[in-house]
Amino acid sequence: MMMEISKKRRAINVVMLSLSGICTVLVVGVLFFILGYLLIHGARSLNWDFFTKLPKPAGETGGGMANAIVGSAKVLLIAMSIGVPLGFLAGVYLAEYSGRTFAFILRYTVDLLNGVPSIVIGIVAYAVVVRPMKHFSALAGGVALGIMMIPIAVRTTEEFLRAVPNAMREGAMALGATKAQTVFTVVVPAAVSGLTSGMMLNLARVAGETAPLLFTALGNMFWAKGWLAPIATLPVMIYNYAIAPDEDLHQQAWAAGFVLLSLILLVNITARMIIARGPASSRR
Amino acid sequence: MASYPGQQALNPTAALPAETMQPAVQTSNKLSARNINFFYGSFQALHDISLDIPANKVTAFIGPSGCGKSTFLRTMNRMNEALRNTRVEGELLLDSRALLEMDVTDVRRRVGMVFQKSNPFAKSIFDNVAYGLRVNGIRKKSVIEEAVERSLTHAALWTEVKDKLNKPASALSGGQQQRLCIARALAVEPEVLLLDEPCSALDPIATLKIEELLFQLKEMTTIVIVTHNMQQAARLADLTGFFLLGKLIEIDGTRKIFQNPKKKETEDYVTGRFG
Repeated sequence: MMMEISKKRRAINVVMLSLSGICTVLVVGVLFFILGYLLIHGARSLNWDFFTKLPKPAGETGGGMANAIVGSAKVLLIAMSIGVPLGFLAGVYLAEYSGRTFAFILRYTVDLLNGVPSIVIGIVAYAVVVRPMKHFSALAGGVALGIMMIPIAVRTTEEFLRAVPNAMREGAMALGATKAQTVFTVVVPAAVSGLTSGMMLNLARVAGETAPLLFTALGNMFWAKGWLAPIATLPVMIYNYAIAPDEDLHQQAWAAGFVLLSLILLVNITARMIIARGPASSRR
Repeated sequence: MASYPGQQALNPTAALPAETMQPAVQTSNKLSARNINFFYGSFQALHDISLDIPANKVTAFIGPSGCGKSTFLRTMNRMNEALRNTRVEGELLLDSRALLEMDVTDVRRRVGMVFQKSNPFAKSIFDNVAYGLRVNGIRKKSVIEEAVERSLTHAALWTEVKDKLNKPASALSGGQQQRLCIARALAVEPEVLLLDEPCSALDPIATLKIEELLFQLKEMTTIVIVTHNMQQAARLADLTGFFLLGKLIEIDGTRKIFQNPKKKETEDYVTGRFG
């Protein structure tokens, strides 16, 4: 009888272990499949021209996506200069100043904003930037992505500031520092590595967004004429090329996907290295 | 261990005449508390505390955990104001001026504090000590450098750190970090230095260093120390106050408290019969 139970339990153990093992392999497998597929297709069609040349007119082969790479950088720069300061300062307020009730409301609002579909945020940017200015622009795309960055920027800032031990705040105040001096010269510096990497991960997260850019930044086959003109970005370029009928354009889309993913991975890895090397005090 | 001057005070057979146990009456009072009540929400943590802290002396507060001694210490530089839902009643006098009505940052600059757990900032050793000067508007490099060296010397840390002032403070040992925090507090030249169990996380050697340091510092500043360690109070303090359940049971010359206290509660506590 005892042997029976023991056998049964051992069998269940083996089954469950194999099941969870298989699922783990599947999860990791999906990631590596995507990476591998992109690597094979993307790297094959990747060449120096991709980084230096403009797209060729329909029907011609060759060309590159130099304008889209620069365009993505410009749109992300605008997004960052909107999302990071707004989110950071709101996060500082949330962590250091606000009362409980207001903090609850603010946190809830931010979480809701985080749940708003990206296409809806695109519509908002279209309504408040594109329509009044009467044309698509890098600015509109940046505003859309900037709004998308805010919720995570707020919550990251709040989390990292809360992780700074209260003893450090008391130490500063006991020396006659004002609240603002304490926050900005002791608490924020103690959390700076976490904050930097959090913002980088946040940027990496919106770098691949396509939907909000479709009707804000629009796209452009040439160099954009300044910040207020339609501009090409990598995700929109991938979208346009992938649905095009031409096999050569498909190859370019693969290459763009590969470049975009590599850039995002690079930002991710750098951010995680900054976290790992941050001052011990912020992790106490 | 046997060489501590105050330790024999715990031994009744080594008693000195009662007259010598009295605190010096001539010294002026640096800080005075009159009828201090303190509330965490609806919980009253301090009941009607009145006492005088003489200038250039070491005053120790002893008592069991939760008796209010730390709360009272934190009332004296108004650190408790940073906590939500707290309230203080009564009067505190710093050099006969109402402390509770002064500018709070000014109070904290004049009444410094060292905490139970060392709390260096995530900055270099130099910047830690310079912090108090910088937030108080001192920018001149030579002044800051001079003050940093002086404070670290007073905190008996200068020789250990003078070649690594730009290293992060977190690289120091626990005892060094606590002395750094003392140096940081000394840099702004406080008139009163409050210490909240500064040695509770330190080994005996580091503790001894800090005690020696406090003994010397009382020439420059008035020292108030909260401690769980009765031997420490006996070794260091000129005056000792005994707290129990939010009340000040008695405060008197240290030897008097340890050898011939007026109140039965004090006697029970210092002789280990408490509870």
